[in-house]
Amino acid sequence: MRIELVKRPQHSKLFSALSPFLAFGLTIVAGAVLFALLGKNPATTLYYYFIDPLTEVWSLHELAIKAAPLILIAVGLSVCFLSNNWNIGAEGQFLMGAVAGSMLPVLFPEFQFWIVLPLMLLMGMAGGAAYAAIPAFLKVRFNTNEILTSLMLVYVAQLFLDWLVRGPWRNPAGFNFPETRNFHSYAILPEILPDSGRAHWGFVFALVAALLVWFLLSKTLKGFEVKVLGQSPRAGRFAGFSAGRMVIFAFLVSGALAGLAGISEVSGAIGQLRPSFSPGYGFTAIIVAFLGRLNPLGIVAAGLVLALTYLGGEAAQISVGLSDKVVRAFQGMILFFVLACDTMIHYQIRFVRPQAAGAGETSHV
Amino acid sequence: MRKTLLALAASAAVLIPGGAMAQDKTKACWIYIGPIGDFGWSYQHHQGLLDVEKEFGDKVETAFLESVPESADAERALERLARSGCDIIFTTSFGYMDPTNKIAGRFPDVKFEHATGYKREHENVSTYNSKFHEGRYVQGVIAAKMSEAGVAGYIASFPIPEVVMGINAFLLGAQSVNPDFKVKVVWANTWFDPGKEADAAKALIDQGVDIITQHTDSTAPIQVAAERGIKAFGQASDMIAFGPETQLTSIIDDWGPYYIERVKAVMDGTWEQVDVWGDMAEGHVVMAPYTNMPDDVKALAEETEAKIKSHEFNPFTGPINKQDGTQWLADGEVAEDGFLLGLNFYVEGVDDQLPQ
Amino acid sequence: MFEAIVITIATAATPLLIAAMGELVVERSGVLNLGVEGMMIMGAVTGFGVALTTGSPWLGVFAAILVGALFSLLFAFLTLTLVTNQVATGLALTLLGLGLSGMIGEGFVGLPGVKMGTLYIPFLTDLPYVGRLVFGQDPIFYISIMLTAGVAYFLFYTKAGLTLRSVGDNHGSAHALGIRVIAIRYLAVMFGGACAGLAGAYLALVYVPQWVEGMSAGRGWIALALVVFASWRPWRVLAGAYLFGAVTIGQLHAQALGWPIPSQLLSALPYLATIVVLVLISRNRRLTMVNTPASLGRPFVPDR
Repeated sequence: MRIELVKRPQHSKLFSALSPFLAFGLTIVAGAVLFALLGKNPATTLYYYFIDPLTEVWSLHELAIKAAPLILIAVGLSVCFLSNNWNIGAEGQFLMGAVAGSMLPVLFPEFQFWIVLPLMLLMGMAGGAAYAAIPAFLKVRFNTNEILTSLMLVYVAQLFLDWLVRGPWRNPAGFNFPETRNFHSYAILPEILPDSGRAHWGFVFALVAALLVWFLLSKTLKGFEVKVLGQSPRAGRFAGFSAGRMVIFAFLVSGALAGLAGISEVSGAIGQLRPSFSPGYGFTAIIVAFLGRLNPLGIVAAGLVLALTYLGGEAAQISVGLSDKVVRAFQGMILFFVLACDTMIHYQIRFVRPQAAGAGETSHV
Repeated sequence: MRKTLLALAASAAVLIPGGAMAQDKTKACWIYIGPIGDFGWSYQHHQGLLDVEKEFGDKVETAFLESVPESADAERALERLARSGCDIIFTTSFGYMDPTNKIAGRFPDVKFEHATGYKREHENVSTYNSKFHEGRYVQGVIAAKMSEAGVAGYIASFPIPEVVMGINAFLLGAQSVNPDFKVKVVWANTWFDPGKEADAAKALIDQGVDIITQHTDSTAPIQVAAERGIKAFGQASDMIAFGPETQLTSIIDDWGPYYIERVKAVMDGTWEQVDVWGDMAEGHVVMAPYTNMPDDVKALAEETEAKIKSHEFNPFTGPINKQDGTQWLADGEVAEDGFLLGLNFYVEGVDDQLPQ
Repeated sequence: MFEAIVITIATAATPLLIAAMGELVVERSGVLNLGVEGMMIMGAVTGFGVALTTGSPWLGVFAAILVGALFSLLFAFLTLTLVTNQVATGLALTLLGLGLSGMIGEGFVGLPGVKMGTLYIPFLTDLPYVGRLVFGQDPIFYISIMLTAGVAYFLFYTKAGLTLRSVGDNHGSAHALGIRVIAIRYLAVMFGGACAGLAGAYLALVYVPQWVEGMSAGRGWIALALVVFASWRPWRVLAGAYLFGAVTIGQLHAQALGWPIPSQLLSALPYLATIVVLVLISRNRRLTMVNTPASLGRPFVPDR
């Protein structure tokens, strides 16, 4: 039997709404089978994975903390990806944003004033944007492939941060251990509702950024330009849009948002710079951007779902002794299901008997 | 009781209040930086967990989280453990220091034990570590005896005090046998990357060293040494299987005795805040059997080990000069623990510039 | 010493070369598979496990190739049949591979593996200076060189290679000419998976004969970078892999010599070098355009 795809005349509203649920259903079934094979009670494991983290207020706060950087970065990436700019170095921009923003509390610890935090946030955005400008410039000026340069710059940023934190920026009172001094209170991004948990304003930034970018993409001429240049650079040129300027614009926006995510993470959730303060948010955000179908509002939902799988994974590890490897494999499965189900938004799937198949444009399965 | 609770949980009707399960059993929890399958740092801590299970059987319940990065995730992971009813939580990486203290402040009834750190901001936080440099001194003695070239290769991870201390102790041990002994250092900038560690070992061997020692966690260097026909030391666990004719000895991180002691203290209600820097005498640092060496070297190694164990001798006893030739410790002077914990310079004779 | 250093560089370069060569074919067919790291580590765990249980490193190698190809089939089904986004699917494949390999390999931790021996031809291997370089390396090293030559010949001197490139350059026209675009891409992706599997086996059977979680340590990503670095030309991939190996090994030697350069800077050198070389190559716009598969990463669904 073959699987054949038929493009829908326009994308299906029904499947747009239905696809996440379908993916979730498949995940539940596959998860239950997997967990049963490993000798765990499927119902209990699934409960801890998907429900337990949502049943307590502190855990919801943690969900917001985990989702905030993912959403912020992914929203910026949506502008890049829609305009056909393959920035996969958001991780580096995230780190450099954090470094730039941390300059104030680390190098000038005695400068304690309310203006410190706003300045830090601005510097974080500037740092991320400046770092993103490198691959953008190389692409415009030398036609250098941005996938590669932005990825290479991630490693450079990681090593630069490592050098700073172990060398010149090391906490003078910290016994040589690799971390900066703790930020003073004016440099800490406050919690939204301090009484109930530790979620900080980074989550609010993420929601605001999602709304702004959504508005930019769907309601403004600039957004139209992004999409036209992304789908057909030729058509964009006829319309008088400059592809080069768009490259710079997209990279600056996504770099600035990644930088903001970086400084929010450091000043809101951690309170100091450490060599490995990012567990790969910049890469995970690429997945979030696509799970959210490159729509800023969809990205908010996708970010929360992905954050839930991390929290749920931990809950399942503690409560039913599911191993960390199973958690990661399961995460991979979820992503596959979601991506596969989204196919039905744009295509109709038909199962065809071999003898009835066409000239062989579709594949064997 | 656990089954019923789980069934209740599955029906999603009831929340489990933290600590409800801890009535009859003591719950001991761990959080690891790497996978338990790294056969190095996290693996050894997990062996400690298994020792605790073996010792207390039904009286103890354990849980652990592995591969938890030193990011905002650490704080969440700790809070989840604290809320899941853990009575004592061992946090086994330096980067968990601030999260441990933050969460400890919020859960005063839970005991926290942080490995390798120095902050104890609340009554319920202890810190613990081991004096691995004692073992490295013994290794240095063996290296100087076994090496024909008079140069050893040292694969280092990151220039934190513990690693610097290890390099210094190794060289001091070697110089006690051969005052001209040299050590070449390569910083791999990773705790764990078998390929890179193997490359570092090859580079060092090609530069003429004929003994390899490492402060990174994989077994790759010892395998390379075996291939090239020179001797090497294991790290963290007994790696003899990876170099039956290569491993001279290995420094084994044995956390089991400490974990058993501390869990017992929680059971008995005698737990108190401590700052432990466990040594050979206490069984925290164990040397793997001395193998692949002549009897006289073995005897000297055993003698050195015995002297350190009985506190007759401290590896950091003067006269010791700093790398630049200025005096650090006068004749007979012994370095204080507090100073060693912040050590950031080499002793005389290290053929490397310490990354600053 | 020179000989030993070159062999060390060859060992560091070979897994990169093999994985990158597979990905090159995949990308030439117009598909971007970012799951190299995941396929590689699946190959590593399979190669290690099979070699350990059967005692034969060659069986391990074949099993790793097979598993790499099968694992990539998952990617192919999603991106080619269900036209999911290739970037996201590739990243998810890596996630799945890292988790799955950890699950499979749980029982292998701490066991010394089976090492694949090096070649020894009496007289020839003993030749001074070049003997061990040319006649005394591990068998997979020779396979990697033959693979490069084979791919170069296939792509540019055979009709099938021309077909593959035409699919990558313009799948619309290729389809119009009656070429079975999807079927060809399936085969290319599986070839890439097989190569990644072989590269993984090399890690676990030659480089460091052991299994530990996450032992590929980012080499799959470097392989991806090499393909673009080489602007999709097989022999340049070889040059790139050896350049990368040389910089990696060179910085370790610089340290062992006691040169006072921050080790982070040394570690960053290969990446900075890649960027610089890339800029130099891509300044020649015409040359890059000729080699870049124009349909790279774009989904294809035949109209009817």
